[in-house]
Amino acid sequence: MIAALLSLTLLGLALGLGLGFAAIRLKVEGNPLAEELEALLPGSQCGQCGYPGCGPAARALAEGAAPVTLCPPGGRPLIEVLAAKLGVDADLSGAVDSGPKVAEVQEDLCIGCTKCYKVCPTDAILGAAKQVHAVFREACTACGKCVDVCPTEATRMIPLPATLQTWYWSKPEVST
Amino acid sequence: MNVASEPFLKRLLVKAGLSSSLHKLRGGVHPEGRKDLSAEPPIRVLPMPERLYVPLQQHIGAPARHLVGVGEVVKKGQLLAASQGMVSAPVHAPTSGRVIAIGDFPGPHPSGLPMPTLTIEADGLDAWIDADPPADPFALSPEEVATRVGAAGIVGLGGAAFPAAVKLNLSRRNEVRTLIMNGGECEPYLTCDDRLMQERAAQIVEGIRLIAHATGAGEILVGIEDNKPDAIAAMTKAAAGGPVKVVKVPAMYPMGSEKQLIQVLTGQEVPAGGRAADIGVLVHNVGTAYAVQQALCLGRPLVSRIITVSGGAIMAPGNLEAPIGALAADLVRACGGLREDAARLVLGGPMMGTQLTSLDVPVIKGSSGVLALTVQEVEQTRPGPCIRCSSCVRACPMGLLPLEMAARIRAGDPAGAVDWGLKDCIACGSCSYVCPSHIPLVHWFNHAKGDLAARERLKMKNEATKKLADERSARMQRIAQEREEAARLRAAKKAAADAAKKAAAEAAAAAKAAAKAKEEVEA
Repeated sequence: MIAALLSLTLLGLALGLGLGFAAIRLKVEGNPLAEELEALLPGSQCGQCGYPGCGPAARALAEGAAPVTLCPPGGRPLIEVLAAKLGVDADLSGAVDSGPKVAEVQEDLCIGCTKCYKVCPTDAILGAAKQVHAVFREACTACGKCVDVCPTEATRMIPLPATLQTWYWSKPEVST
Repeated sequence: MNVASEPFLKRLLVKAGLSSSLHKLRGGVHPEGRKDLSAEPPIRVLPMPERLYVPLQQHIGAPARHLVGVGEVVKKGQLLAASQGMVSAPVHAPTSGRVIAIGDFPGPHPSGLPMPTLTIEADGLDAWIDADPPADPFALSPEEVATRVGAAGIVGLGGAAFPAAVKLNLSRRNEVRTLIMNGGECEPYLTCDDRLMQERAAQIVEGIRLIAHATGAGEILVGIEDNKPDAIAAMTKAAAGGPVKVVKVPAMYPMGSEKQLIQVLTGQEVPAGGRAADIGVLVHNVGTAYAVQQALCLGRPLVSRIITVSGGAIMAPGNLEAPIGALAADLVRACGGLREDAARLVLGGPMMGTQLTSLDVPVIKGSSGVLALTVQEVEQTRPGPCIRCSSCVRACPMGLLPLEMAARIRAGDPAGAVDWGLKDCIACGSCSYVCPSHIPLVHWFNHAKGDLAARERLKMKNEATKKLADERSARMQRIAQEREEAARLRAAKKAAADAAKKAAAEAAAAAKAAAKAKEEVEA
C-alpha cells in the first residue's frame, strides 16, 4: 500500500517536473502547423484572403478561423491540399471559382511608371521607366496588386484565355 | 491471356484449321458501317485549290517553327517549318507557290481556336523540289530510316498524328518483336485505308518492310477487318512470298484501336498505363506505311493524304487524294457539294472525329475523313438519367466501368474516376454509343481528363510562382540590407570626413595662433 502510494507520488512528481521543464525550456515559438501551412500558400502576400499576408492567413487556418477556400490565387489544387492537411472536407461551394485569371497591361493606357512592376510579388511584370509594361502570364498569380497601384487603370484582370495547349472539353449538360 | 494458358482443345482446333487463331476482343460495338457510300469509286486527286492553309501544329507534341517568310516562293515538298522538341514533326509545302500570310487561321480542332498557319497561294505548276532518294532504302541503317521518316514529317495517319519517327526510335529501344500494321479502319463511313490498300498495295507492303527494317521486328502482321475483302485480296497478293502476313480480323468497333488490334492478333494485353512497346509490339497505320515508302523510295515528304468525303448530305461521296491545307469546303465541292444542309460536320470518323462548326478549316495530316451527316444520321436526343443497366460496361473494350467513372466525375471528383481507370479510357465512344439514356459518357471522360490536366498545370504553376515570390522576397531583403549597409558606410565616411575637416581646421587655427604668437614675440 505504502509502496504503491509512494511510487505513484514519485512518478507523478517526476513526470510533472519533466513536463514543467519541457514547457519552459523546449517551448515552440509559434504554431508548427501554421508554418507548414504557410509553406503551402502561394507566398505572394497579396492579401486577397483578407489577412495581411500568407503568414497570418496560415495562422488563421491553423486555428480554424479561416476556411480552406480562403486563397483565390491558389485555386482548387490548393484547397484540396489544405483540406487534406487539416483533415476537413473542402466546401467547394464556398469557393467562388470564376476560372483562372491573369493580369493584363493595356498598352494604350500604360505610361510606363513602373509602379506595378515594383509591387508584383512574383516578378511577373516586365518593364522599365517610360516604356510600356507587359505581363508574363506563366508567372502571374492574379493577386491584383498591380491593379491597385496603377495610376491610369491600365492594368486589369482578365480570364486566362484558352490556348490549343490548355483548352479542354467543357462539362456536359447534366440530365434533369 | 497468353498462348500457353489457352485450352489445349482450342490449340488443336486452330492447328486443324477448324477454329480461328484470333483472340477474343472484350466489349466493342457494331455501329452501322455505311462504308458502301464511298467505298466504290477509285481515289481521285483533288484539283489544286488556289490557296492552301497549312497549320504548324498537325501532330501531337510541340508545334513546328516556321522557317519561311511572307512573300517567299516555295516548291512542293520544301521544308516550311522545322520540328522543335523531342516530340514534334516538320511541315512541308503541299504545292509550289508563294507564302502570302503567316498568322492565325481557324484550325481543325474541337475548340475552334485559331492556329498559327501558313497560307500558300498555289502557282498551279505543282513543281516538286529536287528529291534525293537513297539508291537502296534497305541499305540504310535503322537509325537513318527513322531520321528520314522524321525529316519527311510523317505522323500516324490513323488519326492520332503521333510523330512516326519517335515511335520507331522508341520501339528499337524496347526491342520490338512484332510489327502490326493497322488496316482495321473500324470507324463507320471511312474507306480511305480500304481504297489505299486496294489501289496501292505494293507500295504499302514496301513501306511495311521498311518500317520492319527500321525496328528489327521479326513478325509482321497486317490486320484488316473482314468487311474489306478486296483490300484483303490486294494486300495478300502484294505480300505473297514475303515476311508480311495479312490477317483477317472480325469487323467490330474499335478494332482499329491499337490496343484492341494487338489483343486480337497476339492475345497479349497492353498493361494499364503502358505502351504497346512495353510488350514488344509496334503498331502503325497502313497509310503511314505508304507515306514511309513515298519518303524513302521517292524522297517525297508527307504533303498529301487520302481523305474520305462521305455522309448522307454529300452529293457524290468518295475518296480524294488532297494536299495538306486544302479546306474541307474544297473537298466537299470536289464531291459535288452538299445535297442538303448538314446537321453535323465531322473531321475524321463519326465516333472519334472532331465536330466542325464550319467547312472553312484546312484538312491536316491526321484527317481521315470529312463527313456531312444529315438529321436522320445524327441522333440528337437529350440525355436522361443513368438507369445502371451496365450496357456501357459490356461495350467498353478496355474493361472499365463507364457508369461508375461518370458518376464520380458528375459528383465533382475526377480523381475518384482515376481510381476507376479513367487514365486507361481510350475515348472510343462505345459507351456513349450504346447508352440507352443517351448520356454523353465519353464527353464526360474527355472533360475529366482535361480537368485533371488543368489542375496539374495549376499546381505546377503555383509551385513555380511560389518560388518566384520567395526569390523576390529574398532579393528585397538583400537589397534593403545592402541599402542599410551603404547608408551606414556613408554615415561613417561622412563622420570621418567631418572629423578630418575639423582636425584640419583646428590645426589651421593652431598654426595661425602660433604664427600670431610668433609675430607678437618678434614685435
